[in-house]
Amino acid sequence: MIRMILRRLLISVLVLLVVSILVFVATLLLPGDPARAILGTQATPERIAALQEHMHLNVPVWQRYFDWLSGVLTGDLGFSTSTQGSVNTLLADRIGASLVLLIASAVISTPIGLVVGTWSAIRAGRTSDHVVSGFSLVIAALPEFVIGVALVVLFSTSVFKLLPSVTLSPPGTPVWERPTQLVLPVLTLVLVVTPYIVRMMRATMIEVLASGSVEMARLKGIPERIVLFRHALPQASGPVAQVIALQLAWLAGGVVVVEFLFRYPGIGAALIDAVNNRDVQVVQAITLLIAGVYVVVNLLADVVGIVTNPRLRTEVAK
Amino acid sequence: MSGGLLRRALGLRQAKIGLTLTGIVVLLAVAGALFGNMITGYQPDDFSGKPFHANGMAGTDGVGRDVLTRFLDGGLDLLGYGLAATAIGVLLGAALGMLAGYTGGWLDGLIMRGSDVLLSIPQLVFALLAIAMIGPKGWLLILVIGITHAPRVARVARQTTVGVIGQDYIKAAQLYGMPRRRILLREVLPNITGPLMVELGLRLTYSIGYVASLSFLGLGIQPPAADWGLMINENRIALVVQPWGVVLPVLAIAVLTVGTNLITDSLAAAAARRTTEES
Repeated sequence: MIRMILRRLLISVLVLLVVSILVFVATLLLPGDPARAILGTQATPERIAALQEHMHLNVPVWQRYFDWLSGVLTGDLGFSTSTQGSVNTLLADRIGASLVLLIASAVISTPIGLVVGTWSAIRAGRTSDHVVSGFSLVIAALPEFVIGVALVVLFSTSVFKLLPSVTLSPPGTPVWERPTQLVLPVLTLVLVVTPYIVRMMRATMIEVLASGSVEMARLKGIPERIVLFRHALPQASGPVAQVIALQLAWLAGGVVVVEFLFRYPGIGAALIDAVNNRDVQVVQAITLLIAGVYVVVNLLADVVGIVTNPRLRTEVAK
Repeated sequence: MSGGLLRRALGLRQAKIGLTLTGIVVLLAVAGALFGNMITGYQPDDFSGKPFHANGMAGTDGVGRDVLTRFLDGGLDLLGYGLAATAIGVLLGAALGMLAGYTGGWLDGLIMRGSDVLLSIPQLVFALLAIAMIGPKGWLLILVIGITHAPRVARVARQTTVGVIGQDYIKAAQLYGMPRRRILLREVLPNITGPLMVELGLRLTYSIGYVASLSFLGLGIQPPAADWGLMINENRIALVVQPWGVVLPVLAIAVLTVGTNLITDSLAAAAARRTTEES
């Protein structure tokens, strides 16, 4: 089992390495001279020369890649041309703000998803199950900004005027000092993610409840409640951990649109700004950061899958 | 064979609802683009009144253009881009997945590890990376969304291909010395259409979502084009005064994606039922 986990870890490191090459190679797609593309047509030759010097455009490509990568690995994410400062300072507060969104959404959506999914599976085929399935199917189809705008119309501008539709914190103050401004962004993300957890939990539980071991436990006369918690749920944990991880990983990318919609000062909004300003090193840093979260979360899910798989456990016992 | 699957899927009530919803929006987008100015009397770029004013049925937008005209004109690009991105993604993914599953060995490893790399960057973030470097061009949106679909489709195609290639009819075809491309097209492909149809529907739903999201972010379809995603972004500052410029496109996108998702789910249900009947 340890060997499998180590193998999985090695694959993750390799994937991240190739992602870093991909993210770097993307900058080579900048049309013509990157320095000129970034600064625009009105830039003076001196500024272009200075930026070329700064981006090390006069050294070979592979050396630039290793310089950049060693910077990233030692915690130096590069230079932001639009804010004229280091990428680290630009992102420092924003990472915290995005993590608040991410963790709050995950903490709320996961238990709701698991409970509703299980409940729906127990009542499979009845009206309440059809209602849950129908709802999750409809909500799962909607792009996140559609859900977000609908919530703004409902709770902020047109129907009820309860909650702020944009983030009001002045720059520099932590976002959680005004909790009301967190409600709509978090609710949007929760609505986007929960249906997938519900659907997966429902499907997995229906399968598990029909399995031989659960049948056996029932035949032994064990009360249904204990059958559910002691026999069925542990069997479902592996596949469900995978889905939760997938949704968390998805959240890392999904925050981009939601942060833009609510003008939330996180890394997603910073990414949109950077794309608009062609702030190349910021785009690279954030892409790599999000890919990093994605890979690590998936790695954790696979480890949970390996650890909870009874077949692999017995293999170790041998 | 896929004809049977379609018929079975369309027998479900959910599929009928989905088809109706999708049909309404598609009809609206096509007819709106063709006859919009005949209905409202304005061209999409015409000045029709004061900015954010209640002129016409749905008012005006921030530069005084008629919201209803722009709404009617704004769906066709989204549909076209979504369909094109889906086609690229499913064709590329199915081809690579079938090749990987059928051939095995190093080619399989290369294709699937390559997919792992692409899968570790969220689709929207990958699209933003490309747009940051090349700029918000229409062909780039289609290409980059298509490419990011491919590894997801390839996984499904590979898995189902592996399930099929042990069958006798494939072995027989191999014995006849049928070339690989012919085996893949004539023997494998017809037997994995079910899962691929489900992928097609799923990818279409996501493509529409991504194109609309990118336009909403201001990085997709560019002004002065009339487009639903872009309209929402342009008009949301006046949500309190003139909500129609936001509400109409939001509703249209919602109904469209819900419709395609209902069809997809029915296809999945029909395909799953067939598998259990056969086994």
